[in-house]
Amino acid sequence: MTQTALSLTAVKRRIRLSRTLPFVVVGLLLALLLVFFVLPVIWLLLAPSKTAGEVVRDNPLSFGSFHQIGTAWRHLFAFQDGAMVKWLRNSAVYSGGSLILTLAVSVPAGYALALTNFRGRKTLLVITLVTMIMPQATLVLPIFLELNRFHLIGTIWSVILPFSFYPFGVYLVYIYFGSSLPRDLLSAARIDGCTEWQLFSRIALPLAKPVVGLVAFFSFVGNWNNFFLPYLVLPNSEQFPVQVGLNQLLTSTPSFNPVAGAGLNVTIPELALAIIIAILPVLVLFLFSQRTLVSGMLAGASKE
Amino acid sequence: MTLLETERVAVSPLRRGTTPRRKARGRAGYFFVAGYALLLLAFGVFPTGYAFYLALTNDRGQFTGLNQFVKVIQDYRFAPAFTHMLVYLVMWLVTLVVLVVLTAVVLRGRVRPGTSALFRFLYYIPGALAGVASVLVWLFMLDPDVSPVSWLLTAMGLKTFAAALAPGNLPLILMLIAFWTGAGGWMVVMYGALNNIPDEVLEAARMDGAGPWRTAWHIQIPMIRQWIVYMTIMAFATGTQLFVEPQLLQTASLGRVSPTWSPNQLAYVYAFQQGDFNGAAAISVVLLAVGLLAAGLLVARSNLFKLDEK
Repeated sequence: MTQTALSLTAVKRRIRLSRTLPFVVVGLLLALLLVFFVLPVIWLLLAPSKTAGEVVRDNPLSFGSFHQIGTAWRHLFAFQDGAMVKWLRNSAVYSGGSLILTLAVSVPAGYALALTNFRGRKTLLVITLVTMIMPQATLVLPIFLELNRFHLIGTIWSVILPFSFYPFGVYLVYIYFGSSLPRDLLSAARIDGCTEWQLFSRIALPLAKPVVGLVAFFSFVGNWNNFFLPYLVLPNSEQFPVQVGLNQLLTSTPSFNPVAGAGLNVTIPELALAIIIAILPVLVLFLFSQRTLVSGMLAGASKE
Repeated sequence: MTLLETERVAVSPLRRGTTPRRKARGRAGYFFVAGYALLLLAFGVFPTGYAFYLALTNDRGQFTGLNQFVKVIQDYRFAPAFTHMLVYLVMWLVTLVVLVVLTAVVLRGRVRPGTSALFRFLYYIPGALAGVASVLVWLFMLDPDVSPVSWLLTAMGLKTFAAALAPGNLPLILMLIAFWTGAGGWMVVMYGALNNIPDEVLEAARMDGAGPWRTAWHIQIPMIRQWIVYMTIMAFATGTQLFVEPQLLQTASLGRVSPTWSPNQLAYVYAFQQGDFNGAAAISVVLLAVGLLAAGLLVARSNLFKLDEK
């Protein structure tokens, strides 16, 4: 009797220990990761509210003043006569233009790969799959040489056209139509006399809304953040997208480049503000798109 | 209405003859893929072929066999660049797999759903700062003058920005940056994969007396193995592309970090500072071969990608 009671308390204590110990470990892991992921973001959001001196002297996680944000804003947009505005506009043109082209070519292509038969379909599918997983940056240099040969370097097409080639988008559309649009439905419509174009525009296209959103998200985010290709093909600062512009700002900041940066008004608060502005469109998309990301990745590697 | 009817009349003779119908369908297929096929040729197939052509010839277009490869491999900067990439890749992939899987398991099983959703969201947000922005943010994090964790840097003996950016630290720094922007998204994906495991399976494990860790090790992780493989190969592919990160760190370190730290940077220097496009192409081809190998393995071995349901 006493023995069972004893062993019972021992078991209870053991259970309590085995519950609290992992709890501490789990809590510590999650908390450390939280600090790692969030602290830099908080620092970034606070930095533009301080002067360059305050950023160094004050508590790194203190708020300066709204007035100082205004000052940093003016300094940043005065840099090279409003280069920042030009860069943002360029980014919008490049990402927006290639987004339209990407959708215009990849939705019909994904549809045809999934639901029509033509010779070479399988080959096209395999090449798409391989280029999709191939590291894109290794092709950037050959693409530069190719564009150079066709005298496209320095034009907006040298960015928009390569950006519009998006095999992952085609693959997503292919998977989507393959699993959500029954072939029987199309056959029935064919018997009713629909032309191939009508099948696509009246039946498939209205159904494609979710996958269009998915492709648009991945394409826009990827292109907005792309650096390597525009860095190579656009020699003129007037044409830079904002990512390449950030690189130029970095080399103009005294703390990272004391020689060239001396005497310029671009210091740490201005640079931090530039980063925030540059990523704002993507950040807004990210705030609302966690689900999009998961479904895209889940589609990217379907289990069966 | 009338339009529809005339169309139907016009098309109806085709209903009986299947051959012209099928032919029309085939032609429609070509029409729909034409735009994409053009882009695929121009920016996928042609550059690949062009890279091979350049790598096998010299600047006068004469066939030189493998000479370009021999030349770049013997370059004193070639081995360090690929070694750097390899060290970085090993660190990055190990950290990514261990922490992402562990965190996803913990978030799935040991935290209340609401809290778990909040954590996943906060871990995922830095993904918006991919590219140049993330490198700039981490330059600040590593500068003891402004960093919110300067005490930690000092404790690690990194008293100045220059000390923090010492060339030997680069793989670690690049790993931190990659993890900061990429891991959160993968945690969300892995959590989704864990969510797909039926509750009955986990319940059965519990009935058999398996604790949460044993359940994770023997049941959950084996069941999401496919996803872990997928993540590893995708992360490997991105890892071979290092360019902007070391390039910016090189600028910020005032030149102490080598300008040819990664293979892509070496190819860049070949092309734009030495004007040697053939050598640059040879490096691209080596990288491409590595990437294609990974891609091929993924497509052929893992059964992850749906090629055809029929």
